[in-house]
Amino acid sequence: MLVKTPVGTEALVAFERVTKSYDGATLVVKALDLTVRRGEFLTLLGPSGSGKTTTLMMLAGFERPTSGHILLDGAPVEKLPPEKRNIGVVFQNYALFPHMSVEENIAFPLRYHGVTGPAAKEKVDKVLGMIHLEGFGGRRPTQLSGGQQQRVALARALVFQPKLVLMDEPLGALDKQLRERMQVEIKHIQRSLGVTIVFVTHDQSEALTMSDRIAVFSDGMVQQLAGPTELYERPANRFVAQFIGENNVLPGDVSTDGRALRLAGGAVVLLPAAIAPGAVEATVRPERLQAADRASDRAIRFPATVREVFFLGDHARLTCEGLGVAELSVKMAAAEFSVLQPAAGSSLTLAFEPEAIHVLAR
Amino acid sequence: MSSLAEPAHRSLRAQTFRAALPDRLIALGLVLPALLFLVVTFIAPIGALLMKSVDNAEPAAVLVETLPAIGAWDGVGLPPEPVFAALAADLKAAQKNRTAAGLGKRLNYELPGMRSKILSAARAVSKIETPPAGGWTEAITGIDPVWKDTQTWSVLQRNASPVTAHYLLNSLDLTRGPDGAIAAVPESEAIFLTILGRTLFIAAVVTLGTLVLGYPLAYAAAIAPPAVAATLMLFVLLPLWTSLLVRTTAWVVLLQSNGVINDFMMRLGFTSEPVQLIFTRFGTLAAMIHIQLPFTVLPIYSVMRQIPQTQLRAARSLGAGPLSAFWRIYAPQTIPGVSAGCLITFILSLGYYLTPALVGGATDQMMSNFISDFINRDLNWGLASALGTVLLLTTLALYAVYVRVLGADRIRLG
Amino acid sequence: MRGTLKHLAIGAAFVAASMSMASAAELSIMSFGGAYQEAQRKAYFETYTAKTGTKIIEQEYGGEIAKIKAQIEAGGTTLDVVDVDAPTLQQGCDEGLYEILDWSKIGPQEDWIPGTSSDCGVGTIVYATVLAYDTEKLANGPTTIADLFDTAKFPGKRGLWKNPMSNLEFALLADGVPAAEVYATLSTPEGLDRAFAKLDTIKKDAVWWEAGAQPPQLLASGEVVMTTVWNGRIANANKEGKKFAIVWDNQLLDTDYWVIPKGAKNLDLAYDFIAHTADPKVMAGISNYITYGPVRKAAAEFINPEMLDKLPTAPANMTKAMTIDYGFWGDNGEEIRKRFTTWLAQ
Repeated sequence: MLVKTPVGTEALVAFERVTKSYDGATLVVKALDLTVRRGEFLTLLGPSGSGKTTTLMMLAGFERPTSGHILLDGAPVEKLPPEKRNIGVVFQNYALFPHMSVEENIAFPLRYHGVTGPAAKEKVDKVLGMIHLEGFGGRRPTQLSGGQQQRVALARALVFQPKLVLMDEPLGALDKQLRERMQVEIKHIQRSLGVTIVFVTHDQSEALTMSDRIAVFSDGMVQQLAGPTELYERPANRFVAQFIGENNVLPGDVSTDGRALRLAGGAVVLLPAAIAPGAVEATVRPERLQAADRASDRAIRFPATVREVFFLGDHARLTCEGLGVAELSVKMAAAEFSVLQPAAGSSLTLAFEPEAIHVLAR
Repeated sequence: MSSLAEPAHRSLRAQTFRAALPDRLIALGLVLPALLFLVVTFIAPIGALLMKSVDNAEPAAVLVETLPAIGAWDGVGLPPEPVFAALAADLKAAQKNRTAAGLGKRLNYELPGMRSKILSAARAVSKIETPPAGGWTEAITGIDPVWKDTQTWSVLQRNASPVTAHYLLNSLDLTRGPDGAIAAVPESEAIFLTILGRTLFIAAVVTLGTLVLGYPLAYAAAIAPPAVAATLMLFVLLPLWTSLLVRTTAWVVLLQSNGVINDFMMRLGFTSEPVQLIFTRFGTLAAMIHIQLPFTVLPIYSVMRQIPQTQLRAARSLGAGPLSAFWRIYAPQTIPGVSAGCLITFILSLGYYLTPALVGGATDQMMSNFISDFINRDLNWGLASALGTVLLLTTLALYAVYVRVLGADRIRLG
Repeated sequence: MRGTLKHLAIGAAFVAASMSMASAAELSIMSFGGAYQEAQRKAYFETYTAKTGTKIIEQEYGGEIAKIKAQIEAGGTTLDVVDVDAPTLQQGCDEGLYEILDWSKIGPQEDWIPGTSSDCGVGTIVYATVLAYDTEKLANGPTTIADLFDTAKFPGKRGLWKNPMSNLEFALLADGVPAAEVYATLSTPEGLDRAFAKLDTIKKDAVWWEAGAQPPQLLASGEVVMTTVWNGRIANANKEGKKFAIVWDNQLLDTDYWVIPKGAKNLDLAYDFIAHTADPKVMAGISNYITYGPVRKAAAEFINPEMLDKLPTAPANMTKAMTIDYGFWGDNGEEIRKRFTTWLAQ
C-alpha cells in the first residue's frame, strides 16, 4: 500500500437516503447514505449486482434516483444533466471514440469547457506526458494496447480538471501484471493532482491497494465504510469479513460477565472490552493461525486435524478441522511448512494470538 | 540440426507449399461452386448484355454479297451496278428464307420506313427471274425512290461492320446524321436521358426517404431492450416476407381513389373529394420507400448495435450535450452502415419496374420499364441491352464516386 | 404486350416450361390466361383430351412475343401451340418465328372470315376493343367514342390501353374521321399529328392500363369514369355482379390466332389440335364461356343463341365496327410506338 495522501474531511458528495429501482418492484439501491470527501480515493467494492455501479451512474447523471438526494458541493444535482456536473468518468471498456485520434479524444472535453487553440494543445500535450504516451497523439485508439487505451481514457477524464473522477471497473479488462502496474500509476496521478476519485471494483485486493476509504456494497446497501486496515482488521459483519480477504468464521459464546469468549472446542479468549453475553461469531484470518511451537506464550493453542494440504511456493495452505469448524483455513509460511511437513490426516497443535480474534457485531 | 537447415531455401519453400497444399485445395473447393455460379449467372449474362448492345448481326447475315461489294464504293452518287446486282441476289435469298423483315427492322432504326421498303423490294426483286435488260440499277431504283438516295447506301455501307454504336448512341439520345457525324436526336424523340435522369432522381429520393424514416427507427431499435428491439425489427422485416407483387398490389388498394387512405381522409373531413394518389409520383415514391425501408434500415441497425452506448455517456460526461454527443460521437460511427444501406437501396431502386408500372403514372416510368418494353413488345433487344448498359455504367460510375469519397472500407453491413 | 401483372407468373411458367419434357402424348399450349384461357380450356382443351387422350400442358403469358423468340433462340422451343394477337402474328411471321402452315391439315381456308387467316396463323375468335363504363356510378353514360374525349360532359379519369394501337384509331374516329379512312389518315404525318393532338386533350386525364384484367378493376374501384377494354372482360365482370355497360359504337375488332412456334417438337399433334379447334362446332363452343365470336363462317350456326347479342359480331353491334389493320401496324408500329412512348414520357 502507498503512503496515504492527507485527506480533508470536507464532503464533496453526499448521498441522502437515495434509492433506485429500475422495475418498480425491487430496489437496486436501498436508502443509501454516503459521503465522498474532497481529495479522497473512495472505492465502492462489492459483488456484481450489489448496486455499486448504479450508485456511480446516479452520481455521474446517467441514472436518476428513485428517491432521495445527491448533493455535489452542497447543491442537489438530481436534475442536472451529466454534461453540467463537471464529473469525469472512466468506463470499463474505456469508451474511447474510435473515429478520433488519441489527441482528438483527449481534446474532446476541452472545447466544452472553453479551452481551445494553443491552450488546448498545451493541455493535451501535458496530459499525454503525464500518462507516458508522448508521440502517440496521432494514433487511433484501436492501434493502442489495452493499458495504453486505459491511460488515454484516464487522461481524457482528467484533462478538463473535473471536480471529481468516477471510474467504473477501469482495470477489469487488463491482465494481472498490467493491472497491478496501472493501480500504482493511477494512485500516483491521483496523489499528484489531488483529485477526488470514486472507484468501482469487485476486486478486493485492488480496493485495498488503492483506496483511502472503501464502501463495501452488498444487496443494495453499504455494509461498511472504512479505511483498508480497519476493514481488514475489524469487519463490521460476516459479509465484510468474508468478502475482504480470506477469513475463518468461528462460532462462540460470550460469558455472562461479557469479558470472555468461549470458542467451540474449548479455547477461551479474554476480550479487551466487555460485550453483551450470548452466542456470537468471531473471525480469525488464516495467516494469524500458526504452529503452536512457534507461538508466543500468550497464544491460545488448540488441536486440529489436517484435511488437505496445498503447497504454493512462498507459503502453504492447509485445510484443517478444529475450533468447531470443519474447514479451517490456515496459511503457513514456507519455512515453517518445510520443518513441520504436515500430511493430510495427521494431527497438530495450532495457535493464535488473542488479538487475532475479532468478534462480529450481532 | 545443421543437416536440416542445409537444404536450399527452395526446398523448404517447396515443403511448406506441399504441406499447405491440402488446405489450399480445400479452400479452393469451398469457393469454387459460388465462383462458378457467379460466372454463369452474373458475369456471363452481363457479358452477353454488353455484346448485345453493340451486336450488328442482321445486316451481315442477310446482305452476304452486298456488304463486301459496297465496301469499295466512294460514297458519292450511287454505287456501281455490281452492288445493285449483289443486293438483288441478297434480297431474293431473304425473300425465300423470310429474313427480309429482320433486316428491314434493323435498318428501320436508322432510316425510318426502311422496313416496308426492304420487304417490298424483296418481293419485287423475287419476281424478276432473269437479270433485267437495263441492269439491276435501273430495276431496283425503279421499285422505290429510296434506292436512288445516296443516304440509303451510306447506311448500308456503314452497317458492314459486325458491331454498331447505334443502340448505345440511341440510348443516349444521340444518332448519326446523314453524314455519319454524331448528333443529338430531334427534341421530339429525345427521351432516354430524361428517363435516366428521372430514374436517378427517383432512386435518390427513395434512398433519402428510407434514410430519414429508417435512421431514427434503427437507432430506437439499437438502444431498445432486446425484446422491444426484436419486435421493432420484426415490423421492419415483415414486408420482406411477402412478395413484391403482393406489397405493390396492397399499395394499389391503399392509394386508389376510393381506397383506404382517401376513405380515411374523407371520413375525417380533411378533403371532400378523393385526392389523386395512385398513378402519381407520390404513390410511386411512397410504395418504393416502403418496400426499400428494410434494406436501408438493416445495415444501419447492425452497425449501430456495435456502437457501445457508453460512448454517448462518455461524451456527455465530458461536457457534450445530448445532440452534440450524438452528432459528434454516434453519427460518424454509423456512416459505414448508412453508406451500405443507402447504396443497396439506391442501386435496387434504379432497377425498379413493377412498382412504377402499377402505382405510377406515365411520367413515373423508370429505365427498367422501358427496357422491359423494348424486350417484350418491340423485340428491340439491342436497344434494351444498350439501355441496360447505360444503367449499369451509371451505377458503376456512381459507386466509384461513392468509394472515392467515402473509401470502400467505410461501407459496412455490420 | 397485354400483361405486366402477369410477369411473375410467366417467369414461373417459363421455368416450368423449360423443365417439362413434353412426351408424345402431351401437347404444350400457351395462351393469355384468365377468363379467356378458362373458356379455351372448356371449349377446346377438354374436348380435345376427351377425344384423343392427349394431355394438354397449359402455360400462360401476357402476349409478349419475346417469350416465344427467346425459346426459339435458346435452341428448341418446348411450346407446340401459342395463342397470339394480330400484331404478334404479323411480327413473328415476318421474323420467321412460326411454322408456315399447311392448310390442308387444318381446314378450308376460304371458310375463314377474310383477314382472319394467314400463312402463319389460324384465326380462332374475334374480340373487340370497346369503351365501357359502370352504370351504377354513371347513370347517363357515354354513347359514342367521342364521349371518351369529352371531358366537359364526362369529367374524370379515363382508362386507356398503354399502346398506340386502338388509341390512335379512337382519336381519329372521335375527331370525325370515317372508319374507312382511319388508316389512310394515320399513314400521313398530318394524320398522325392529328391523332396525337386529339390524344393530347385527354392526356392529363388518362390512366394507362397494361393487363387486360386491369380496366374492369379500374372501373370497379371508381378510379376511372370510363375505360377502353376488351369486351370479354366486361361480360365476365358482369357475370360476377357488376353493372358495366359497353359502348359498341366504333368498336375495334381484332382476332386471336393459333400459331406453331418454329421447331415445335410435336408438330403433327399441334396440327391435329388446331384442326380440332377449327371444327365449326368446337370453335363456336367458346362463345358459351366468353363473349368472343368464332371466325369461321360455318361456325355461325352453332353459336349459343343466348350469347349472340353479346358478341362483337352481333349485327346490332356491328353497325359502326371497324377492324384493326395489322398490316398497317406491322409496317408502322415500330415508329408509332416509339413516338407514343416518347409522348407518354414527356
